[in-house]
Amino acid sequence: MRSDPREYELVAPGNLQAVVTLLAESPGAWLPIAGGTDIMVLYGAGNLPARKLVSIWNFPELRHIEVLGNEIRIGAACTYTDIREHKIIAREFPMLAQAAGWTGGIANQNRGTLGGNIVNASPAADSLPALLAYDAELILVSVRGERRLAYAGFHTGYKKTRLAPDELIQSICLPRRFAGYVSHARKVGSRNAQAISKVCIAALARVEEETVEEIHIAVGSVAPVPLRLVETEGIVSGKIVDESLVLLARKTAAAEIRPIDDIRSKAKYRAAVAANLVAEFLHLLNGSKHA
Amino acid sequence: MIDSPEERGKSEISFTVNGERKFLFAFPMERLLDVLRQQLGLTGVKEGCGEGECGSCSVLMDGTLVNSCLVPVLQAEGASIVTIEGLADGTRMHKLQRAFLECGGAQCGICTPGMILAACHLLSKKPVPTLAEIQEGLSGNLCRCTGYVQIFDAVARAAQAGTPPSSLMRPE
Repeated sequence: MRSDPREYELVAPGNLQAVVTLLAESPGAWLPIAGGTDIMVLYGAGNLPARKLVSIWNFPELRHIEVLGNEIRIGAACTYTDIREHKIIAREFPMLAQAAGWTGGIANQNRGTLGGNIVNASPAADSLPALLAYDAELILVSVRGERRLAYAGFHTGYKKTRLAPDELIQSICLPRRFAGYVSHARKVGSRNAQAISKVCIAALARVEEETVEEIHIAVGSVAPVPLRLVETEGIVSGKIVDESLVLLARKTAAAEIRPIDDIRSKAKYRAAVAANLVAEFLHLLNGSKHA
Repeated sequence: MIDSPEERGKSEISFTVNGERKFLFAFPMERLLDVLRQQLGLTGVKEGCGEGECGSCSVLMDGTLVNSCLVPVLQAEGASIVTIEGLADGTRMHKLQRAFLECGGAQCGICTPGMILAACHLLSKKPVPTLAEIQEGLSGNLCRCTGYVQIFDAVARAAQAGTPPSSLMRPE
């Protein structure tokens, strides 16, 4: 059943300060809407519980990519297109640029935002494993001021986050220290464009003299939240990749994830694919020592 | 100003459509798609899925391709919108329209306006796209008739303003 627009309120106060003031006046009452690529789908299907929405689309203060010496700060309302077209992101954070490029089609990339992807909090979101792998931090804003926290741990459960009812994500910060790392991102879905992932991975590592000195492996669609495979990372870290290590990593990864059966895939398939993706990355590291 | 019960809650919204400034009253959460079709009579904007998957409702908003089913009309305030009706120059077809006609890129026609606008957006960014770029540029637009090959041919032809060698046009 389609929604009746008469039952919904949408306001556009036009700037960030006015929005956080509105959120503070009645915390939890207003749902911020940027490009609407998730919210309007629910609305179109008659499934949007929120009745009061506040537009944050196209605010310059949220749609800016700031390049600092030690990090880049991506405004939360930057679109996937903004991210794909940014040269420093493409060079230093290729997995994020890649994920932006396989999120939806072009029209959705022109409207969907990185902050929206985070607060929508789907475990299948394409960009979130990359943010985990790159050790992203979030700057949240409210009338109470700003606070900064690690993105890892932001999702506390299925579709649950640490965002307070009066807060917005202002920016996503990525440390500029991964330029020399080997990285690998892959989405496994029914179709590249539009289709939502069955499993997706973003992984990076620093290999020195064959030894894996540092490794981050993040996987989507295998748990209620996007997941860093910390145990798998732990058994690979400090080691030289060989077949027995790959086998152990496969087993550890399979034990670490909590996939489910749903409309897009089966738990069994997801576990198999996730283990394969981990193995594929480790083989890449194995090969990279010759590079 | 608006007192009748069925009008209460509407906002005055203004945007440009196909070069013409429009002033209208609409509920802010009305979908741009519905306002374009029902209030402005621009029925070239098609509804397919209504959830941003099929691209039939594609329009250009400030030069950017968007799915109008996912745009609350209030967010179009002040924007410049182009629909399929705005592409031709009077009776002279846009080169993409001509190429779709010549290559057999349209069959039932439901996806065609969205396809052409997506192609228009692609060519504005990449005037001479590769086949892979054409495929990606149109990947958010679904066609259930043509099998896409003639559509890709049409976009390449419009880009090069000539007939592409068909050997280049097979999918990879």
